Amino acid sequence: MVVDRRARIGLRVLALAYLAALLLVPVGVVFYRTFEHGLGTVWESITTPAAIHAFWLTVRIALIAVPLNTVLGVVTALALVRGRFRGKAVLHAVIDLPFAISPVVIGLALVLVYGRTGWFGGWLADHGVQVIFAVPGMVLATIFVCLPFVVREVEPVLREVGDEQEQAAATLGASRWQTFARVTLPAIRYGIAYGVVLSTARAIGEFGAVSVVSGKIAGQTDTLTLLVENRFQNFDVAGAYAASALLALIALLTLLVMTGLRPRRDQS
Amino acid sequence: MTARQAVAALKLTLLLSILVAAINAVAGTLVAWVLVRDRFRGRALVNALIDLPFALPTIVAGITLLALYGPNGPVGVNVVGTRWAIAMALLFVTLPFVVRSVQPVLMELDREMEEAAVSLGAGSLTVFRRIVLPNLVPAILSGAALGFARAVGEFGSVVLIAGNLPFKTEVASVFIFGRIESDAVTSAAAVSVVLLALSLLVLLAIRALGRLGHGR
Repeated sequence: MVVDRRARIGLRVLALAYLAALLLVPVGVVFYRTFEHGLGTVWESITTPAAIHAFWLTVRIALIAVPLNTVLGVVTALALVRGRFRGKAVLHAVIDLPFAISPVVIGLALVLVYGRTGWFGGWLADHGVQVIFAVPGMVLATIFVCLPFVVREVEPVLREVGDEQEQAAATLGASRWQTFARVTLPAIRYGIAYGVVLSTARAIGEFGAVSVVSGKIAGQTDTLTLLVENRFQNFDVAGAYAASALLALIALLTLLVMTGLRPRRDQS
Repeated sequence: MTARQAVAALKLTLLLSILVAAINAVAGTLVAWVLVRDRFRGRALVNALIDLPFALPTIVAGITLLALYGPNGPVGVNVVGTRWAIAMALLFVTLPFVVRSVQPVLMELDREMEEAAVSLGAGSLTVFRRIVLPNLVPAILSGAALGFARAVGEFGSVVLIAGNLPFKTEVASVFIFGRIESDAVTSAAAVSVVLLALSLLVLLAIRALGRLGHGR
């Protein structure tokens, strides 16, 4: 569109001002508030036993949820693109649900199924397994919210590359596994990588669903995001800022990796 | 009492989500336009930052808004406990949706049509309204709808900044959370079903929109 210079600059200033007021300045202020009393206080605040525990719990949950979702995501994407089965359209619609459902509702659903009075809760409790208000429930919640990422990234790539090369490999005598490992997997690797980055960020950052099923047992079921809330509610605002800054750093790192991966993903 | 509280929470959620979707439709299109059609230093950086709300944990989004617009903030306003605070948190977390759905369409758009219109004497506003905008409408609508669905269920960014006063600043997800905490699972489930129905409806609408967009 041919827009005169003044109007174009006006629109630019308007757009950038909106982004600054909503995104950039608030995030900047958190960093400023975190570091205004020096690095030492920040370091102390993120190395308390509670913070270290929260950090490792977050890492542990992500290390279970992300690999599981990656494998399941690739299989699901393969089924959606290459497979022919009844209910495919339904599966297609269902995959996106975790994006559209409130995290709190996801948490509630897990409570209703695995909770004390839930469908499987009683049976599980009899066998000494506690899911809700314990780490297994938090892992389940994280898996749920991260479910669509890998599928949604891999699916379009699979569709794009087509199955001609796979068929060629098969006619040349490759087994199914060989075809997958040598033809399909290299073609979709950047799509998978992008999906993994997105699900890792979400797994680390999930709050609502995990909060519902965690039971908020201090020092036992605190993840980093729960620690932020916990500290804030207990008037430890500086501590909440420090933990937030750590999470914001992880988010910025995620953005960096995403930006680096995007051209390669779009190329393949 | 709780029933009335639930209805109030749902009403507030719906109202704010519609408002946020409408603001996003305008602001998101503006940002997408500037990112695609304008040239300035740092454009690539701004483009990368658009995804920040997706990468940033929602609770951190709430904390950042509190740091700037909360009590003792450097700008001297305190929005905590107002509906503005909720709207702002929702705008923060839904920012990327419209931008990211409009951007690719705008990039693909054939500029010859616009140039032809200009050579026939159309002003830039007319060109935008008659040529650019009609091409963007499906993308704007589906982006706004995604943002709406997200806003309806949003919890983490809202919970710290909203004040959560029943009948005033309590949104549906916060209401559900409170009911679960006080072991009133049934009323939590009732409101959840309404939210679920809403998100399903929006998902279906987006799929229909997608078909409309492809059919053209």
